[in-house]
Amino acid sequence: MPGNPPAPLNDAPLLGDWVAVDAGITFYTGRVELGQGNLTALAQMAADELGVAPEAIALVPARTDRTPNEGYTVGSMSVSQGGQALRWAASALRHLILRAAAQALSPRPELAELDIVEGAVLRDGAATGLTAAGLAGRVDLSAQIADHARLRRPEERRARDLPRIDLKERLTAAPFVHDMERPGMLFGAPVHPPHMDAALMSLDLDALARRSGVVEVVRDGSFVGVLATSPLAAQRAGEWARAQGDWASDTAEVGDPVGAIARSEAPAETVFETGSFNRNDGDWHEVEVSRPYLFHASIGPAAAVALWEGDAVTVWSQAQGVFPLRKAIAMALRKPEDQITVIHRPGAGCYGHNGADDAAFDAVLMARAVPGRPVKVVWSRADEFRAAPMGPAMVTRVRALLGPERRIKAMDIVVNSPPHAHRPSAGGTPNLRAAAYLADPVPPAPSKDIPATRGGGADRNAVPGYDVGNVRVRKRLVYDLPYRTSSLRSLGAFTNVLAIESCIDEIAARIGEDPFAFRLRHLEDPRARAVLERLEEETRAARAADMPEATGWGLGFARYKGSSGYCGVLARVELDDQIRVTDAVAVADIGEVVSPDGARNQIEGGIVQSISWTLKEAVQFDGAAVADNSWLDYPILRFSEVPRLRVDLIDRPEEAPLGAGEISQGPTAAALANAVRQAVGVRVTRLPITRDAVIAALSA
Amino acid sequence: MARTEEPGVALTVNGRPVRIAGDPDRPLLDVLREDLGLKATRFGCGQGTCGACTVVVDGEAGLSCDLPLGELEGARIETAEGLLSDPPHPLLDAFLARQAGQCGYCLPGILMAAKALLETEPAADRRRIAEALDANLCRCGAHHRILDAVEQAAREMAGAT
Repeated sequence: MPGNPPAPLNDAPLLGDWVAVDAGITFYTGRVELGQGNLTALAQMAADELGVAPEAIALVPARTDRTPNEGYTVGSMSVSQGGQALRWAASALRHLILRAAAQALSPRPELAELDIVEGAVLRDGAATGLTAAGLAGRVDLSAQIADHARLRRPEERRARDLPRIDLKERLTAAPFVHDMERPGMLFGAPVHPPHMDAALMSLDLDALARRSGVVEVVRDGSFVGVLATSPLAAQRAGEWARAQGDWASDTAEVGDPVGAIARSEAPAETVFETGSFNRNDGDWHEVEVSRPYLFHASIGPAAAVALWEGDAVTVWSQAQGVFPLRKAIAMALRKPEDQITVIHRPGAGCYGHNGADDAAFDAVLMARAVPGRPVKVVWSRADEFRAAPMGPAMVTRVRALLGPERRIKAMDIVVNSPPHAHRPSAGGTPNLRAAAYLADPVPPAPSKDIPATRGGGADRNAVPGYDVGNVRVRKRLVYDLPYRTSSLRSLGAFTNVLAIESCIDEIAARIGEDPFAFRLRHLEDPRARAVLERLEEETRAARAADMPEATGWGLGFARYKGSSGYCGVLARVELDDQIRVTDAVAVADIGEVVSPDGARNQIEGGIVQSISWTLKEAVQFDGAAVADNSWLDYPILRFSEVPRLRVDLIDRPEEAPLGAGEISQGPTAAALANAVRQAVGVRVTRLPITRDAVIAALSA
Repeated sequence: MARTEEPGVALTVNGRPVRIAGDPDRPLLDVLREDLGLKATRFGCGQGTCGACTVVVDGEAGLSCDLPLGELEGARIETAEGLLSDPPHPLLDAFLARQAGQCGYCLPGILMAAKALLETEPAADRRRIAEALDANLCRCGAHHRILDAVEQAAREMAGAT
């Protein structure tokens, strides 16, 4: 057996859980395509393991009525978990096909003489006239995968870039849940209260029902939905209702949320400790950094389609987890799960727990009023900003003790943050927005965040990757802010890597040591060293060039979650009338690389998104509600602001594949902060690093 | 009946003449998606601020969520579906070849903004292309691949003429 079966096989151990054979061979995955190209990579992994061309198989993404339950497509684990599970299934299928081939051939061959190449069964490399597709029908799909899987050796695999199977339709056609058409479809717009505990005080529902194109108004508690004959009529009626409605709430205002988080006296939990912390003497260096609340800010707002037929409801959703969404809907409606089917359909870019699940539940609530008619809900841009969960603001303080031989002897890290992960149905409540204010409400239980054993939430990457001997990490979960938060790409790693790398950089600058050399002196892991050494070498000439005034280079490095992909980023900034990032170079080690260009695309995207978070973004509030309504209120990085960009991968075909989508955000933020520090001589520790923030730091 | 008395607004969409009746205040985006089934043009904000609904109107990039039908009499509209010509438009080939995108929601609008630019300024350099795309937001961070793809298409279009 090739090691332990990947976790997704625990609950779906049979070949038939992952494979069907009819006209062709179909694989099922519990993962979904979120725009990162992972279905292409998964199809490639299954097809290569089986020995057929990727076009020769079909791959069906998550749907509750057929595919394995792999929970959420999150944490950059699609390839490392979902892909490995498909490989095991494909491997078992391959061996059972070869066994059938052996029975059909005369003289009967040893299994070791047989292989499947490009769909054909070969005996010692020669054609047998048999094909995988022809024999697959003879395979017993009730077989246990773990009994039959014998994975191909790493050297048999071919890392390569296949064209994304879904990209062309995304450019020129209608693949999104937003684009679905069904006979008799109605269009719904939700009228959400400004925050989760707000009660609807007044809204003239009769007048709303008389708006042009409106066929039905649904009210349940403080949730109101309007159904119309066209998307435009729904959109306009929804806007009218939001402007007319009046909601009340007891939620207290918060003047300065980031300050409140920094000053929080909530209990701190020690999540990691090694060595001792009794000595307070010595040369301690301290950096405290913060980020504000951030929006997911997907270009397409959340959308869903729902259809009730009798007691059964079918939902088409862009959610990251169709099974958890089904469970959450069941909880909210107090309904058995087997009456609910959730089928994934693509949405616009998904960077974590956004409004997708909420919009799906909105559609369920509205469609319930019109049985037999499908209802499509597409949120407004204002809904997308004001109703969806946000990435929480955070404050991370790092203290480092510099000892003899200019080595760091100890690091003490404190993370203050509202909870990150707060996903639907986790924690025993639905945590679907409208469920909190139905007539029979199910408000969300407080999030417990994510334990360090599962990669951590607020404390993700708070344990430094450097060899410093004495380390203590404490996490203070701050619950008393009124804003709705959940997982945004890389969770706490973004801020924690920024904090640790800022502190490291401060110390290196203080003692006048090169930032690469200083880090390398504190790193023994050869893979970490190789990433930094490659980055140093690749950028040496550029860094040696003359630097005009107010320009700087900055370095950031981390191994994501302490156990996933390694990424180093070097960035160059220029400060004039604005802060301009001119160059970003990254080197990454993500183990075995299945699809090199796809992985680079993910890392590049992470860098660009992180530049936007670091330099531009901050949610603004009006009391306890989000104030931002449009892109004018919440600018993100534009084309002219994107730097020259290069990403190099260190391929390690013998190592397990690791994720790529979340490894570059923290290192990028750190690289920018350190580059600004080098350019102007002061450190901006409170994100976003705007021109005004730099001026304020200079005059402080 | 005289042609001028026919109801609705006459326009050309991807080379095909159409006549659209109904509320003249309706945005072109709604007409394209709902009346004509051309769903590659996306709803992103409905406020004219993200560029996802960009189409080409009489040779220039325009935000279809912000263009009322009543103002488009005689207009020549192009959408991303129009790039599926035979052979496909060089922009489409270049975006696919370079995997210039991730989720793709913003890309039809970006393709149309790029098409309008390259038809008026075939020699546009990277800086000029970036400027022209500044009205189009991309959240996945595929910007530099998109710029590479537009540059590649510009070279191919220049070579073809």
